Amino acid sequence: MESSVATPPPNPPAAPPPRKPATAAVEGSATWQLSDRIGLAACWALGLLFCAIAVAIVVYLLIQGLTYLKPSMLVTPAEAGFSQSQTGGFSDALIGTLIVGTMGIAIALPIGIAIAVWLVEYGRPAGLARITESTIEAIAGIPSIVLALFGTVIFSSTALGFLSRTTEGIVFGRSFFAASTMLSLVALPLVVASTREGLNAIPQHVREASYAVGKTKIATVRRILLPTARPQVATGAMLGLGRIIGDTAIIVVLLGATQNFAPVGSTFPLNYLRGAGTTLTNFVYEASPTGNLNQPQKAYAAAFVLLLMVLALNAAVDVVHRRARKAGTWSH
Amino acid sequence: MESLNHVSELDRQVGGAATDVSSPPPIRRLPLEGAAPAAQVAPPAGTSTNGDGASGSSGFTAAKRSISAPQFSIRRMEIDNVSVSYADREAVKSVSIPVRQGEVLALIGPSGCGKTTLLRSLNRLTELTRTATLSGRILLDDVDIRLIEPTLLRRRVTMVFQQPNPFPMSVFDNIAYVLREQGSRRQRKKALEPKVHSALERAGLFEEVKDNLDHPALRLSGGQQQRLCIARALAAEPEVLLLDEPCSALDPQSTQVIEDLIVKLRDDVAVVIVTHNLQQAYRIADHVAFMYLGELVEYSSATALFNSPREQRTREYVSGAFG
Repeated sequence: MESSVATPPPNPPAAPPPRKPATAAVEGSATWQLSDRIGLAACWALGLLFCAIAVAIVVYLLIQGLTYLKPSMLVTPAEAGFSQSQTGGFSDALIGTLIVGTMGIAIALPIGIAIAVWLVEYGRPAGLARITESTIEAIAGIPSIVLALFGTVIFSSTALGFLSRTTEGIVFGRSFFAASTMLSLVALPLVVASTREGLNAIPQHVREASYAVGKTKIATVRRILLPTARPQVATGAMLGLGRIIGDTAIIVVLLGATQNFAPVGSTFPLNYLRGAGTTLTNFVYEASPTGNLNQPQKAYAAAFVLLLMVLALNAAVDVVHRRARKAGTWSH
Repeated sequence: MESLNHVSELDRQVGGAATDVSSPPPIRRLPLEGAAPAAQVAPPAGTSTNGDGASGSSGFTAAKRSISAPQFSIRRMEIDNVSVSYADREAVKSVSIPVRQGEVLALIGPSGCGKTTLLRSLNRLTELTRTATLSGRILLDDVDIRLIEPTLLRRRVTMVFQQPNPFPMSVFDNIAYVLREQGSRRQRKKALEPKVHSALERAGLFEEVKDNLDHPALRLSGGQQQRLCIARALAAEPEVLLLDEPCSALDPQSTQVIEDLIVKLRDDVAVVIVTHNLQQAYRIADHVAFMYLGELVEYSSATALFNSPREQRTREYVSGAFG
């Protein structure tokens, strides 16, 4: 490492504490071919650029958010008004985000886990498994606005009229039920993919060890495999949740272009879930300079809250993984 | 440019070498024909008795038998003319061996000889492989194992694997998992405690972990993990314990501990161990079955098999001529 290099050196390895970091053991990039060194430099540059972009977004929103966010906004619903001081806050949007997040993931998680378990542990009939795999990949590739349009077709049908507002036989088709259901499709591929990854990472002999003490396949899945894959399942759920609360298209189309709850009927909480509403993304969209509300300061405040939620999700994934690492794993 | 030249030069060298090779490269061939290597190790006839430490002046190894003659032996399983095929490849060909409680049976043979397949067919784990088919009969206490429900059979014939594979839960829960009904989490910890403790004691692990029963099992050392797996296999109170190279991932000390344990267990359960390690088979087995390419070549007492093998191939294998 004594030779100073034009390109940044590779990460110095964490040497074991008792020994002094070996100087000769680390291959300096000075000895590399020119093309490799350029490649290394490019990697570093791109990595740093990426970090810089992420930091810029967070810092910018942090400043904007802290400047404009007032605690009262979190508890006051949006109101009609002519200046930003009169239009209230975005409590309905915040609660709406929590509702679609909870409902969407509550639908996507069990279905996604079940699909993943079936694909990895059973996978029979093989043809159906292959079709399912491609279908999931296809869903992952569909733009959410297309899902939203498709959702309007489904939820405007008379048979599903009980899920949204119905006026004189015409089904409105916009409600938390409708939006959450379609949003769960956005999260589903992520849940399936990362649950499969988790299950596939478990060595075969661990399954056999469970069968070899007389456990059935389903008992093994419930008590051994899914608990072992928990970190990956959690990752999938968090990523899916992130996508749900970050989606705008489905909200605009299937939840309604309103800034307040519009309950239907009187049975709590069904009246809210059957009615139209809004979420933070929708609020940000409407409040941005190009939107109908045009109150950019509140857009920043709401975006900041949204960002905090996503960062909290990331942190939660980290905690789950760290806890899993502490429990140890098998040698292969 | 310099590097490019370098590469092309290498290419040329490789290409040149390739053209040079008109015949396959020389292979070191072991003189399997002729009795030369076998003669070196052939023991003086009659030195072997089925007694303890009877390596005598045999040339097999310096390994000591750590097992004395069995006190008794009860026939538990009967492998009767069993063949196992994967798709169209026959992995085990018409093997017949008895499995007895009170004795340790070792299956030895080179890789791919079918010993693990045979072991796995004893508790119908082979059935998890879709292409596997079995013919012949395997009896457990005179009942064909195909008539026994697999989950019940696998509680009577439990298995320990090559890689220590405790479940990712606490030491206690690893054993409790076996004791509980299928998926259930029922039965309080208190109710299971005596059984968990006794299983750990039988596996010689209790003293080391009694204060840490709540610790994650995967934090134990490799040897402890493997003994936990043995404890887990014993918790089901099986009649037969199958061990698939249980020490191959362990250091010598842990191996020693586990070997002692296996010898101790043979009176309670019939023990079948697959091992690559001939010395280990010699140390702990009462009977040894040598398999080669799916066939059972020789089955006899450990001392006889190692010191005065009847078959040419056995003699060559135990003397290290191939394997």
